[in-house]
Amino acid sequence: MTRATLPDSLGHFGPYGGRYVPEVLMSPLEELEEAYRAARLDPAFESELRGLLHHYAGRPTALYFASHLTEILKGAQIWLKREDLLHTGAHKINNCLGQILLARRMGKRRIIAETGAGQHGVATATVCALFGLECVVYMGEEDMRRQRLNVFRMRLLGATVTPVANGSRTLKDAISEAMRDWVTNVATTHYLLGSALGAHPYPMMVRDFHKVIGEETRAQALEQIGRLPDALFACVGGGSNAIGMFAPFVGDSSVQLIGVEAGGRGEKLGEHAARFSGGSPGVLHGTFSYLLQDEEGQVGMTHSVSAGLDYPSIGPEHAWLHDEKRSEYTSASDADALEAAKTLAQTEGIIPALESSHAVAEAIRRAPAQAGKVFVVNLSGRGDKDIDIYRENMPELDV
Amino acid sequence: MEMVQTATRIGNLFAARRAEGRKVFIAYLTAGDPTPAHTASLVLALERGGADLIELGVPFSDPIADGPVIQRASYRALEAGATLAGLLETVKEIRRHSEIPLLLFSYLNPLMRHGFGNLAREAAETGIDGVLLTDLSVEEAAEPVKRLREHSLDTVFLAAPTSSERRLRLVAEHSSGFIYLVSRTGVTGQQASLSSAIAPLVERIRPLTDLPLAVGFGIGRPDQVAEAARLADAVVVGSAIVQFVETHGKSPDLATELEVFTRGLTAPLRTS
Repeated sequence: MTRATLPDSLGHFGPYGGRYVPEVLMSPLEELEEAYRAARLDPAFESELRGLLHHYAGRPTALYFASHLTEILKGAQIWLKREDLLHTGAHKINNCLGQILLARRMGKRRIIAETGAGQHGVATATVCALFGLECVVYMGEEDMRRQRLNVFRMRLLGATVTPVANGSRTLKDAISEAMRDWVTNVATTHYLLGSALGAHPYPMMVRDFHKVIGEETRAQALEQIGRLPDALFACVGGGSNAIGMFAPFVGDSSVQLIGVEAGGRGEKLGEHAARFSGGSPGVLHGTFSYLLQDEEGQVGMTHSVSAGLDYPSIGPEHAWLHDEKRSEYTSASDADALEAAKTLAQTEGIIPALESSHAVAEAIRRAPAQAGKVFVVNLSGRGDKDIDIYRENMPELDV
Repeated sequence: MEMVQTATRIGNLFAARRAEGRKVFIAYLTAGDPTPAHTASLVLALERGGADLIELGVPFSDPIADGPVIQRASYRALEAGATLAGLLETVKEIRRHSEIPLLLFSYLNPLMRHGFGNLAREAAETGIDGVLLTDLSVEEAAEPVKRLREHSLDTVFLAAPTSSERRLRLVAEHSSGFIYLVSRTGVTGQQASLSSAIAPLVERIRPLTDLPLAVGFGIGRPDQVAEAARLADAVVVGSAIVQFVETHGKSPDLATELEVFTRGLTAPLRTS
C-alpha cells in the first residue's frame, strides 16, 4: 500500500490506528466517516472552509526567515511557519473550522472537546461562538491551574469548562472524560477531537484539516527560497501540527521530517512524554499506537512543562512514519524548551508557545553543524498563554 | 466467522436455566477491590447470594466506558497492587471451591500487553471461561478471538442501541456463550429507571442469533432486575455491587454482607 492511500478503510496506518472503542460509538464513528467523506466531495463545503480559513482565521500564514537567529547559530538557515499568527493563537483553529462545518452538516447542536494547553479548547469555544452551538470543554485540573488564561478565554467565549480530577488531571484524563460524555450523548453531540489521535476517522480527518500547513509551506518554500527545505521540525504531543506539516512532504524523500517530543525532566516513566524512546505499542483512547505503559499494560504518568505535549500516546500515523523510518522522533527537555523560547523572543521578537519551543530547541541544537541547509520550524502557537510559566521559570527577568 | 464449540460452563449454565425456565443473574466485580486478597471470598459470596456467572473486571488505568463507581474501584484495585497474573492465581483459588462460570471483563490494553496467546492458555488452565473486552470492536477482534477460541474460551461482545443492523450481525457472528446488550448509550452506573432502549434492541438482535442475550448497564435494584429479566435471558448488575463493596469495604464481614445484598438482587429470579 502506498502512503498516499493511508489509512486503509478501517483506519489503519500499517498496524497502527484502527477503531478501539465501546460498541456504542462504532456506528456513530461510521456515520461520522461517511459524513466527512461526503463533505470533502462537496464543493460548497470546501469553499466555505477556504473562506473561513482566509477571512476569519488569517490564512495563509507567513513563512518567515529568522535571519537573526540564523546569524547567531552560524549554520542552517532557520525559517518559521507562523501558525502562531492565526486567530486564537495556534494551528488548532484549522481543524476546528473543518469539524464545526461537519458537525453543522450532521445536525449536531452540542459540541464537546478536550484540551491540554487550552489552545484546542479556545479554538473550539471560538468556532462554537461563531456558529451558535453549545460548547463543553473537558480540561484536567492540573492543566486548568497552569493554563488559567485559556480557561478564562473559553469562558469569555461562552463555553463551559468542566474540570477533570481523575488520574493525572491532564490531557489524558480530559480525553477519557470527553469520551464518556460522547458515549452518553452521542445522538446530539459531536466530539470535536483536537489532535490526530483517537479512533478512525479522527487521525485521518484531523490530519487532512491541518495539511494546509504543509501545503502552504511547500509552495512558499519553492517561491521564497527556490527549493524545498532540507528538514522540517514540529513538536509532537498527539501530533496534529506535525502531521499537518509533514503530510504534504512525505513523498519528498530529500526532506527530513523531525518530530520533537517532550523530554520533560528525566528518562524515568512519569518524568517525560517521549513515547518512542520510552513506550511500546498499545491501545489508548480508541487507537493502537506507541504508548507509555508499565509491564501490566497500565498507562504511564507523563510530565512536561508544556501541557499540550503531556500525553502518553501519539497519533497512529506518526507511529507508522516512525516504523517506516520516514520521520525521525527526538525529544527536547523542559529546560531546552524554556531556553529556546527565550532565545527566539530575544533574537526575533517572537514569543513561542511552550509546545512549539520544543521544535525550536531541536532546530537550534542541530543548526550549527548544518551550514547551507534550510530548516523550517512549525511555530504552531504563540506564547501568551504561557507567560505565567515563563515567569516562574525565569525569575531573573521578573524582578 | 466460523462457529466453534467453546467453553462448556457458560453454555451449560444457560442451557440448564432455560430448561428450568429461569433467568440467569450475572454479577460484575472489579477484581482486586478493595484488595486482591478479597476477590476470591467476594466471588464465592456472590455465588452464595444467587449469582450464576461472575464477570471479573480486570482493572485498567483509563476505563473510558465506566462511570465514577467502577472508575474508583479500578483505581483502588490498582493502588492495592492488582495484576492480571495475580488474578489468575485468585481464579485457581476460586476453582478449588466453585464451578461458577467466570468471564474476564476488561479493556484491551492490559490483556494485549500480557499477550493473547499466553493469556488464552493461562486463562483456560486456571478455569476462566470467557473474555469480554469493552473497547475491542469486532473489526479488530480476529486475532484475539482466534487465540481465545483455540483454548475453548468464549468471546462475548457488546451490542448497543446505536449499533446498525450490519453491526448487530457482526457482533452475533463473533460472540459465543452469550451476547451482552448495553441497555442504553452511556457509561456504567445505576439509573433511576430502566432504559426504554432495551426492548427494541432485543427485538432487533433476536432474529439474528440463537445465543442467549444478557442485558446490562444501569440495572441495580431488584425491581429493575425483575423488569430486565422479562426482556432477556440474563441480567447483569455491576455498579450496584461495586458500590456496595466500596461502602462496606472496611467491614470484617464484607463477604457475608455482600452475600445478603446479592440475595436481595437475585430474589426476583428465584421466585419467578
